[in-house]
Amino acid sequence: MVRDESKELRVKYVRSWLLPVIALAIAFAIGALMMKLQGANPLKAYESLFSSAFGSSAGISKTLGKATPLIISGLAVTICLRAGLFNIGVQGQLLAGALASAWAGYAIHGLPLFIHLPIALFFGTFFGALTGIIAGALKAYRGVHEVITTIMLNSLVLQLGEYLAYGPFKEPGQQLARTPEVLSSAKIPDLFGMPVGFFIAITLAVIAWWIFKKTTSGFRLETVGRNKNAAWYAGISVKRSILISMFVGGGLAGLGGAIETLGVVGRYEPAFNAGLGFDGITIALLGRANPLAVIPGAILFGGMRGAGGSMQFAAGVSPDIIDLILALVLFFVTAPLIGKWIKTVRGNEAITTGGWGN
Amino acid sequence: MIKKYLGSRWSPFVATFSVILFFYLKDALATTSVVATSITFGLPLAMAAMVGIMCERTGIVNIGIEGTLLVSSFIGFFVASVSGNLLVGLFAAVCMGAVSGLLLALLSVTWKMDQIIAGTIINILATGLTSFFYKQGHTLPSTFPEIDIPGLSAIPFFGPVLFMHGPLTFLGFFLILVLWVALYFTPWGLRSRSVGEHPGSADTAGVSVVRMRYLNVTIAGAFGGLTGAYLTLELVGSWDRGFSAGRGFTALALMIFGRWNPLGALAAALFFGVAQAITNQLMITEVVTIPLQFTNMLPYVLTILILAISAGKVRAPAAEGQPYEKESA
Repeated sequence: MVRDESKELRVKYVRSWLLPVIALAIAFAIGALMMKLQGANPLKAYESLFSSAFGSSAGISKTLGKATPLIISGLAVTICLRAGLFNIGVQGQLLAGALASAWAGYAIHGLPLFIHLPIALFFGTFFGALTGIIAGALKAYRGVHEVITTIMLNSLVLQLGEYLAYGPFKEPGQQLARTPEVLSSAKIPDLFGMPVGFFIAITLAVIAWWIFKKTTSGFRLETVGRNKNAAWYAGISVKRSILISMFVGGGLAGLGGAIETLGVVGRYEPAFNAGLGFDGITIALLGRANPLAVIPGAILFGGMRGAGGSMQFAAGVSPDIIDLILALVLFFVTAPLIGKWIKTVRGNEAITTGGWGN
Repeated sequence: MIKKYLGSRWSPFVATFSVILFFYLKDALATTSVVATSITFGLPLAMAAMVGIMCERTGIVNIGIEGTLLVSSFIGFFVASVSGNLLVGLFAAVCMGAVSGLLLALLSVTWKMDQIIAGTIINILATGLTSFFYKQGHTLPSTFPEIDIPGLSAIPFFGPVLFMHGPLTFLGFFLILVLWVALYFTPWGLRSRSVGEHPGSADTAGVSVVRMRYLNVTIAGAFGGLTGAYLTLELVGSWDRGFSAGRGFTALALMIFGRWNPLGALAAALFFGVAQAITNQLMITEVVTIPLQFTNMLPYVLTILILAISAGKVRAPAAEGQPYEKESA
């Protein structure tokens, strides 16, 4: 019996990483086909993509920097998925965090680094969480499906950010719509040439994993995610779980935006940060809602996003191909096409769909 | 008492009607143009909401309307631009829409995927495909011309509002009415609704759940393609990245607000259109100066408010979101 169990576990383990790998391979193959159709050399394009993303220490540092907000936004989606919520609003929550942290970074003066930086990070986290909990409260108290509200909030925050960057928060004497640069006392310093934010992100992923693996709070959220009625019957407050997961998910996304702003971009600019939240969705689904699995996915995506421009240079391929490849990855990893083929265990999948009214 | 009045679903329409009447008495010309514009704002939303209604009435949640609009308007624009023929573009857009519907059916009916994730895949795929294949510098030979229906278009107010539009506008309105009749007064409609409410009973009565869902989701996709074609070939006349601009999601909210009824969703969409047209007019005439971003926010704020007000009171088709498993016994 014991041997059987361990064998089953091993099979499950192999299958859980085999699926994403196959999905990636197919997506890259289709991407190559598309490049071929455009008359470019796909091998050259991929080679330049990977060598500039992972081939040098500067490249790796850039990749990890790009991966940082992706890990965190992937986590934000993952936590909500575990609680049975599909948080498409990570993008908006991230922008809210970026905006708030940028303001705190340039508008608060005269503080030393060890006070100013945490305050700026807190601002980002708090406003991200606030954006998240609006959707959570609408879901918990009014029964409005979170998918619609979070999408609407994404657009709202985007417009608000544009308004602030063109108006009240605008850098004086500047043509572009952007806030002033954050003060050096609010900038995240590099540690041994590596972005510090990356280590924060890894720590968060481990904490999230630990919470779901070992704590009752994690178990409660997960129970609600798996079966609302059973959770309610067992005395777990479904409303509370919805509020908590959207608050934490939004806060994480906001922190991701803050780290990106204070560590990489240095200010709020409307066009920056675009798409980080949506990549987070793909990464979370790629990692099948496992907090630790978010890390490799985010590093891969970060590398591709960071080095996408090199393909243009080396092989004349538009970096937009990255969007297409990532969309295909999502398609192949979630559609049971390959899953059926390798008979994946469907144990770790979150069920999110319900009617609009519940 | 006040709450009861505010909660009535007619109150927005009564309010809108009074506002229109008030302004018409003050300035007939401007009001007529505002209401006529509101139709161009509202109709694409109404048409997109029909896509959702057709799918959800048979029990399939379609969150991929946005993707359908994006990819079909893209194909419609570029085919029309390259071929130089608007009708060819229209045909291509409708076919593309049907393909996206077929994909949703495949994912959610045959593969029994989580339908929200299936729709998200369609959206992300549509974004990826269109941004990769997008090329600048294409233009349309023309857009679909406005047709003034002889006689009727001469009526003051109602003429410009109802009878001076492009062909796809008339087609859109007509098809919405057809859908309403079909859904409530034909065998197809009864079967569709029964599949969405209680697929087990429908199956027992001899209706093939799988076939019905495939059929409706594909037709809905084609209708989404028509909506995309309307947007690019008649309303806007160009195409850019992110062209659908969230209309597919707003449409879902309107569908819920309209209680999954084509006429209800049409009314909700027109209300939406009026709100937007009035804001635009206020901006143009500089009666009030609101930053552009705030007027852009209006549809989203309205959507959230509408849902927050109506969500508790409406009932979705009962079998929505669940894949149908035939009982083996």
